[in-house]
Amino acid sequence: MIKEKLVRKIHCFHCGDACEDFSYVKNEKPFCCLGCQTVYEILSENNLCQYYDLEQSPGATQKADSALFDFLDNEEVANQLLDFSNEQQGRVTFSIPNIHCSSCIWLLEHLEKMEAGIIDAQVNFTQKKYKVHFNKNETSLRQLAELLDRIGYTPVFNLEVEKGEEKDYQIFDKKLLIKMGIAGFCFGNVMLLSFPDYLGIEGADQDFIQLFRGLNVLLSLPVVFYAGSDYFISAFKSLKQRYANIDVPIALGISALFLRSTYEVVWGIGPGYFDSLVGLIFFLLIGKWFQNRTYQALSFDRDYKSYFPLAVLKKMGSEFKPVIVKELKKGDELLIRNTELVPTDAILITEKAFIDYSFVTGESEPVEKNKGQYVYAGGRVVGQQAAFISQKAVSQSYLTSLWNEGAYQKKTATQRLVDRVSQYFTITIVAIAILGGVFWQVIDPSKTWLVFTSVLIIACPCALALSTPFTSGSILRLFGKHKFFLKNTDVIEELQKITTIVFDKTGTLTETAARQLNFEGHPLTVTEKDWVSTAISSSTHPLSRYIKSFLKAENRSLSLTHFQEIPGKGILATVEGHQVQLGSASFLFDSIDVSQVNRTEVHLMIDGQYKGIFVAKNAYRKGLQEVVNSLKSRFKLAILSGDNASEMEQLQNIFPTSAQMLFQQKPENKLTYIQDLQADDERVLMMGDGLNDAGALKQSRVGVAVTEDISAFSPACDAIMAGSAFAKLNALLQLAEKGKRIIRWSIIISLVYNVAGISFALAGLLTPLLAAVLMPLSSITVVAFTTSAVKWMGYKLKL
Amino acid sequence: MSVIFLLIVTSIIVAIAFLAAFLWAVRSGQYDDTYAPSVRMLFDDKRKRKRKEEPAEKKEKNEEAKR
Repeated sequence: MIKEKLVRKIHCFHCGDACEDFSYVKNEKPFCCLGCQTVYEILSENNLCQYYDLEQSPGATQKADSALFDFLDNEEVANQLLDFSNEQQGRVTFSIPNIHCSSCIWLLEHLEKMEAGIIDAQVNFTQKKYKVHFNKNETSLRQLAELLDRIGYTPVFNLEVEKGEEKDYQIFDKKLLIKMGIAGFCFGNVMLLSFPDYLGIEGADQDFIQLFRGLNVLLSLPVVFYAGSDYFISAFKSLKQRYANIDVPIALGISALFLRSTYEVVWGIGPGYFDSLVGLIFFLLIGKWFQNRTYQALSFDRDYKSYFPLAVLKKMGSEFKPVIVKELKKGDELLIRNTELVPTDAILITEKAFIDYSFVTGESEPVEKNKGQYVYAGGRVVGQQAAFISQKAVSQSYLTSLWNEGAYQKKTATQRLVDRVSQYFTITIVAIAILGGVFWQVIDPSKTWLVFTSVLIIACPCALALSTPFTSGSILRLFGKHKFFLKNTDVIEELQKITTIVFDKTGTLTETAARQLNFEGHPLTVTEKDWVSTAISSSTHPLSRYIKSFLKAENRSLSLTHFQEIPGKGILATVEGHQVQLGSASFLFDSIDVSQVNRTEVHLMIDGQYKGIFVAKNAYRKGLQEVVNSLKSRFKLAILSGDNASEMEQLQNIFPTSAQMLFQQKPENKLTYIQDLQADDERVLMMGDGLNDAGALKQSRVGVAVTEDISAFSPACDAIMAGSAFAKLNALLQLAEKGKRIIRWSIIISLVYNVAGISFALAGLLTPLLAAVLMPLSSITVVAFTTSAVKWMGYKLKL
Repeated sequence: MSVIFLLIVTSIIVAIAFLAAFLWAVRSGQYDDTYAPSVRMLFDDKRKRKRKEEPAEKKEKNEEAKR
């Protein structure tokens, strides 16, 4: 059994990640980290192990640090989050991005086994929401959040978004469904009632025919005036701006259909085109619904605020109490603990603190700050907690001002292809209709209006309007399958125009968590490893963490009698009576750092004896070389990095010589670099990660955030890409490009139908039956063509 | 032929009833989440739901109505 396990790769029983060794085993089940094992223990203690039966490895990896939730004790915060509350009971909706399988639903809905205070709990899977009804005397909001965090379902809080926008969206979705229901109902019945007219039943009672037609008029009313109202509103809005979008000819067609049909029925001339009219609106609504569905899963418009803590500890009287970040004022005394963000520009008042600015600058090593120094918002406190005096309100801080700089604002949308076509389309159609009318006025005045309205009816660009949503929708779906999520369909059109690709280095080209470490020197014995590991575990420096995971030491109960960390230099520790020194060369030997610049080195000395160096190199993403090779012929490439130039040589081996590489770039530098490119008429695709890239991401035509955890992370960008999809970048870009051709072809198809229809209309031969066949047929052809063409392209590109 | 009249009226009334049912289903949120309920019904154990209409819940409804 064990042998078999060794041959295969061992996977964590909880989260399914590959385990490095057998360090964490419980009940014969392997785990990748202590966190996963803990969750398993909690669940098995509470008899909740059915969780693991429903799906394989359903958990989320627990390697990340746990969050702090004490701000939830603040009454104001709690009140904003609670949906309802009285003395005994409260009701809250958590947003939990990690809900992803049926096991999640099972576990979350059985949490009352662990927390007696939960009265009732329900998961909304589509929205990734968790509604809890709880007893306030037995538990609190904070306890609930901590419990969820402990078992790996960390809730996300965002006061800004929580209330307004999300609800609007749901209402919109519901409204669309209702409109579709009504249109579908009327469509079915109108078709049924139109049958006698199609079949041309002679001798049928004229009263019945008239009744059927009257019912048709009635049934079309809710469709035109309620279900189709959006098209009129949109057309009106665009005309007000003196520009015709695709909705203008649609609205024109709908009105022509409705007026002409009503006129025919009222005067008893004929059956009208009610089935075409109602069917048209029904199909259009289906198209809209399809488009909505495809990008429901992710919410994009989070901004820097979603990274900030909701509350910080502020000094009130003699103690620190959590207050909402928004309410901070200049001069407040704040206490920021390990791993918390500094929410606003502030001055340090504790002796010393280490600030990790990776959030803002991309530099991964923490910076030492001394008492009285200015700390910018966005810095993360590492190690010991520190007290600050805030200097500005949150909305005026450095980070916020960065965000508000021109480029961070919304980009002006470029005109969509369909809208460009529809511009000419509308004019042409109206011109043809008028010319046709004038022509028949001369030949046979009785047919003037018939021809005029027929042209407007048959030209209604239903198929044209469906071509883009269905093509883009299918492409978005295919992208989504490969964990590449676009903000909306317009991004596809932007992707097609790209000429330059700019990469951020850290986190984009390299994998965030997997820094490659090597030890050069005398191999360490097991006990020595234990000593080093113990010494290092008290340090929060990122390198310390890497070294610790690199050593994988077992023995965790060694006594640490002395520990001193000299920031920027190294560690001095005494473990079991042995002196362990780790750090830079200057720290250990009092010499100048002679190490090569292209790598990060940590020297190790035990009991005054030199043991060797830990060398940290960044690990590049798998498939980077192939991606670069496939891209370099078609695009200009460039690299912007916040780090120092230590990896230049390695990168030069991977990238073509034409690729520009810039190091030690601040966020503003990245932004200006993109602007310079754009001044040269380059259309830039920026691939970045953190907030430090946010400006560049926004400024570029398409900003793609590359991340390991797609549900948790999304700066205001146009697309989110999982790290695993990076290797497929070239194929994905090609698919986007092919999408343009598919849309073009589908537009041609719909225009062919239109030309055929218009020729019938001009000849005055457009019967209701012909319209009822031709119009849906064109829509269906276009839908079938676009979806299957995208599938075929995806197959050819091996996606 | 007057039976057709009757049939048409009945058929439309039935259809409207179904439309009303659909509208009710959408409004009451049955389409909000189309995945979880399908899984939930397969969970083996019976949960003891403390779902007595507690006074609190009614109060909440009133509050919502006021809004």
